[in-house]
Amino acid sequence: MHLRKLVWREMFERKNQLATSFLAILLGIAVVVSIKNITFYSEKAVARQLDALGANVLVLPKSVSLEDYYSADMQNDEFPEEYVQRLALSDLQGLDNLSPKLSVPVKLKDRGFTLTGILPKSEFQAKAMWAGAGIFSRPAEGCGTVADVPGAFRPEAKETLVRQRVIEDLSDAEVLIGADVAAILGTKEGDGLDVLGRTFTVTAVLPQTGTVDDSRIFAHLHAVQELAGKGPVINAIEIVGCCKEISGGLVQKINKLLPDAKVVTVTQVVDTQVKTNGMMARLSLIFLAIIVLVGGASIANYMYANVFERRREIGTLMALGAGSAVILKMFLLKALLLGLAGGIGGYVLGTVLAVALGPRLAGIPVLPMPVLVLWAIGISVAIALAASYLPARRAARLDPCATLQEM
Amino acid sequence: MRLEAVSKSYLHRGRMVTALDDASLEIAAGDFVAVVGPSGSGKSTLLLVLGGMLSPSTGQVFLNGRSLYDLSPNARADMRRKKIGFVFQTFNLVPYLTALENVQIPLFLAGLDEAIQEQRATALLERVGLGDRLDHKPPELSIGQQQRVALARVLANDPEIILADEPTGNLDPETGQQILDLLAEMNREGRTVVMVTHDPRAAARAKRTLRLQAGRITPTTN
Repeated sequence: MHLRKLVWREMFERKNQLATSFLAILLGIAVVVSIKNITFYSEKAVARQLDALGANVLVLPKSVSLEDYYSADMQNDEFPEEYVQRLALSDLQGLDNLSPKLSVPVKLKDRGFTLTGILPKSEFQAKAMWAGAGIFSRPAEGCGTVADVPGAFRPEAKETLVRQRVIEDLSDAEVLIGADVAAILGTKEGDGLDVLGRTFTVTAVLPQTGTVDDSRIFAHLHAVQELAGKGPVINAIEIVGCCKEISGGLVQKINKLLPDAKVVTVTQVVDTQVKTNGMMARLSLIFLAIIVLVGGASIANYMYANVFERRREIGTLMALGAGSAVILKMFLLKALLLGLAGGIGGYVLGTVLAVALGPRLAGIPVLPMPVLVLWAIGISVAIALAASYLPARRAARLDPCATLQEM
Repeated sequence: MRLEAVSKSYLHRGRMVTALDDASLEIAAGDFVAVVGPSGSGKSTLLLVLGGMLSPSTGQVFLNGRSLYDLSPNARADMRRKKIGFVFQTFNLVPYLTALENVQIPLFLAGLDEAIQEQRATALLERVGLGDRLDHKPPELSIGQQQRVALARVLANDPEIILADEPTGNLDPETGQQILDLLAEMNREGRTVVMVTHDPRAAARAKRTLRLQAGRITPTTN
């Protein structure tokens, strides 16, 4: 005989009375696990879509409008390249990807194109570069931080590979050209291309995107600065910012940091995402409050009834020499087992619900998240222990004489 | 065991009730005392006070020279576990545990290893004639068998003192005799037995009888 066995036997003996409390905590945890699971994958899916859309925050010279930027992103106004360092070295949270650019108009075979200077990694893998440099701190999770999610939407692999390989190796003498440029000039990979008096090697022809990028020639930022004779300046910084931080005033903070620049955001996309995420977060909180109240009240009620029903048994144990600590442990261990069972069961049920309903409700594939089992057990055990503490203390403080009425 | 001018009063529905009134008593080690008296005379209160379960309003209770109620509640629980065994009229077995597990409870409370608990509990149940009922739960046992399990449980921690409250009150005469035989046997082993009873035949098995009348003790017979 040991305490666990005593508790387990009692629970098993009175399992019908226990069932209501168990069901309350099980269903509560299942619903919250389910919401959290679907929300996680929903956020990831939207984040991927946002990532595919590109930057959601733009830093532009004061005189330039967002419309100008999207139509051609060619302006005469510039600002110092040092602004990028200022952003990178700041303690701003939620900046996920910084891409400084300098665009200048060029004429090739009498056709106008845009020569865009980029910092190779910063154009496509800026976040890796900044994070790797260790000078940029970001929250671990953000709408712009896109981790690989098995089964979730993923950009076309070939395109990503081509871009990443080429951009990694982009040097001062290399260019990437858009699909329209290649078609109009009849240029292909490996050909030479004269731009503003310098001959570049075309290292890649980018796939058709249907955007202004198709008529761009991408070269190294510093090469473009030199050819344009403009010194260390840029005319745009594209930023993939985290939606939460954007709604929390990121734009204003960047504005404060760079008072001579104009900071704009693609508010519509961000707002939708923030609203969806906010709604799911609120829903999750509401259900959490419900399980704390309903589950907790149900367990507390059951425990009080259990103490009352077992008062003679408690008195007997005390007469046999059990101290108050043993009685307290006996009830808290029971609460712990109830919480564990509710947490594990709730996780399993919630995960099944999320995987089954996720595609129907949110239109996204949902996979089990093992990390939620710890969360589910933690919450469930905490609720069970908190709800049982007062009844357990009452049991431990029972007057053994009053419980042994026949004596 | 010694009671010195012990009184116990409590409020019952707004009226002060005196269960023990200036009771003084000395019970030597190895004694077998029957406590008799009409209902409500304070017999059960006396037993609870002796067992460290109910603190007196005034007066002191000594066990082996130590004042029982100067100890903390947990220290008194320790004392009960080591030295005192209770036998209840309704046996108070834990209904969801087997006979063996019921007898193991005091051994588990004493922190003994499970194998030793099982070995000792089995021996005790065999001693009270229930070696073939180890895995039976209380509802599966007869009334007499249940009381024998309770007696085996009392003996588990080898107590010096056994306090029995109407141990034969719920039993038929034959089974009652068996229980009294077992109590007498425990007394012969050197244990002190204090038994509250209404039954004159049971009281006759004791070495001496105390009569309680309105909370006052009057020695009657030897």
